Amino acid sequence: MDKKRYTISANIPIAPQVYRMELTAEAAPQLRAGQFVEVAVPGQFLRRPLSVSLSEPGRLTLRYKVVGGGTAALAAMQPGTELELLTGLGNGFDIDACPGRALLLGGGIGVAPLHQLCRDLRAAGRPVTALLGFNTASEIILCDELRALGADVHVATADGSAGIRGFVTDALQQVTPKFDYYYVCGPMPMMRALYPLLPDCGEYSLEERMGCGTGLCFGCTIPTTDGPRRICHDGPVFKKNLLPW
Amino acid sequence: MVSDTSVTLGGIRLKNPVIPASGTFGFGFEMAACYDLNRLGAIALKGTTLEPRFGNPTPRIAECTGGLLNAVGLQNPGIDALVSDIAPKVRALCDTPLIANISGFAVDEYGICCEKADACAEIDIIEVNISCPNVHQGGMTFGTDPAAAAAVTRRARKATSKPLFIKLTPNVSDIVPIAKACEDEGADGLTLINTLPGMRIDIRRRKPVLANRTGGFSGPALFPIAVRFVNQAATACRIPIIGCGGVSTAEEVIEMMMAGATAVQVGSANLRDPLACPTIIDALPAVMKQLNIDKLEDIIGII
Ligand SMILES: Cc1cc2nc3c(=O)[nH]c(=O)nc-3n(C[C@H](O)[C@H](O)[C@H](O)COP(=O)(O)OP(=O)(O)OC[C@H]3O[C@@H](n4cnc5c(N)ncnc54)[C@H](O)[C@@H]3O)c2cc1C
Ligand SMILES: Cc1cc2nc3c(=O)[nH]c(=O)nc-3n(C[C@H](O)[C@H](O)[C@H](O)COP(=O)(O)O)c2cc1C
Repeated sequence: MDKKRYTISANIPIAPQVYRMELTAEAAPQLRAGQFVEVAVPGQFLRRPLSVSLSEPGRLTLRYKVVGGGTAALAAMQPGTELELLTGLGNGFDIDACPGRALLLGGGIGVAPLHQLCRDLRAAGRPVTALLGFNTASEIILCDELRALGADVHVATADGSAGIRGFVTDALQQVTPKFDYYYVCGPMPMMRALYPLLPDCGEYSLEERMGCGTGLCFGCTIPTTDGPRRICHDGPVFKKNLLPW
Repeated sequence: MVSDTSVTLGGIRLKNPVIPASGTFGFGFEMAACYDLNRLGAIALKGTTLEPRFGNPTPRIAECTGGLLNAVGLQNPGIDALVSDIAPKVRALCDTPLIANISGFAVDEYGICCEKADACAEIDIIEVNISCPNVHQGGMTFGTDPAAAAAVTRRARKATSKPLFIKLTPNVSDIVPIAKACEDEGADGLTLINTLPGMRIDIRRRKPVLANRTGGFSGPALFPIAVRFVNQAATACRIPIIGCGGVSTAEEVIEMMMAGATAVQVGSANLRDPLACPTIIDALPAVMKQLNIDKLEDIIGII
């Protein structure tokens, strides 16, 4: 865990109610794909947990959706504004667990951490297929970035306005991708629907209301096959065999 | 002149009065990677019961203006794990006095837990929590009735010769008879206050935010309420008091001590800023200088 002040260098709408925020800080720590940060939002008591979408030297990219007061306040911030972040939280995805072809499955704003995951898997020489689900065409994000990294990207939209009509589960059944390991991040109903369709060789990034984000309050505990685990401290990424769904 | 921040609590010397509050500091060792736990005055360990407990389903946290509601529901691995595993682990990282925080659902459960904590060399102080709002039996009910508070204190006193603090709930119309009942039964001190019961509703989903429906409110908004409780109890009792509720600055530590606290617990502030305790401790000497305080102990209960 590191506490650091970052400066907003860009805060750009990329889809309805969805923003890409770039933050810079000198000697910003390198963060792992699937880790998260806790952003102090003036006027809110608790910080807001947001996934690392992309961590580069001196720079951090977040992608977030406005759902309430905290994210609305973030959306209104101008470049130059300073934010205090706790960084390096959570375990992150296990890149080394993938012995060959990787499959990424994401839905909605849950695709955010897949950017860096895809970059790091590609850097490790892994072929990547990505199945991304959105409600409608205007909400699609990250497709171009993942394609630019060399991923084979398939999109599903619930209303059929782009790509496969339906959910990520439908995309999985229609595309039938070949893979040796998979990574899932998205809304809980999506992850639960995918769980029975996928083999053991994969991991899921979970989300829950958090108090601290640093393992202190036990606010985000879930039952696992190996006893209670704090999502913020022992996750947010859990191997399939730990999830008693 | 060097500012003297040390205090004596239950016969134990603390290098400063700042103690992370139970339930807001993990198992006690998580922050060791971020700062030296020896800097803390003492550490209140996570609330522990006789049997292991998973606690409540999630969501367990609901944010509010001025703080948060929690309904963790006493998730803990049980008293045996505390004394055999957790306390030794924390002790291996620091010499800081350790406070075991005990909860129960029956008088005897409190007693057995206190006996086990008493036998644990790493535990310096026992804090008996008769004020948890997030469990459906026991917990807070012991803290709202002087006779029940006396019964738990009597049993705990029999179980241990270590300094015994009783942690009280603000959910009462008069704290004085309850505080006095604990003092009369031999408590060495009191901790005030635990959380205030509260509720939030998600107006879009038309459902309570917390799976448990209600939770305990804590955070900065609790501070003036805690100061009032501490002052009332300090005025009525002779035993030392640990002030707790909404503290997040060195100034508030001093205010709590002026109200009558010998030491101060910092809870929710750790959740917003995991470095809250060392930050407060570092700020204390300068604030003391500003206020012409040489020795922190001199200001205890001056109000
Ligand atoms: C590990 C993790 C990673 C996340 N990554 C992202 C991301 O990359 N992009 C993104 O848009 N969102 C992400 N979220 C969800 C994001 O934290 C919430 O949308 C955000 O906290 C909402 O804050 P608010 O003040 O706008 O909403 P409000 O509803 O007003 O918030 C009230 C309280 O509930 C909490 N809360 C509300 N919704 C959620 C939620 N879905 N998950 C957790 N806490 C919630 C808030 O933190 C706050 O404490 C992530 C959540 C977690 C746990
Ligand atoms: C997440 C959380 C868990 C808590 N767990 C316990 C506990 O196990 N035992 C206890 O005596 N108090 C517990 N408390 C209460 C705190 O120790 C403290 O009394 C209360 O939060 C008020 O202080 P604060 O405003 O500084 O947080 C908990 C509080 C929070 C926020």
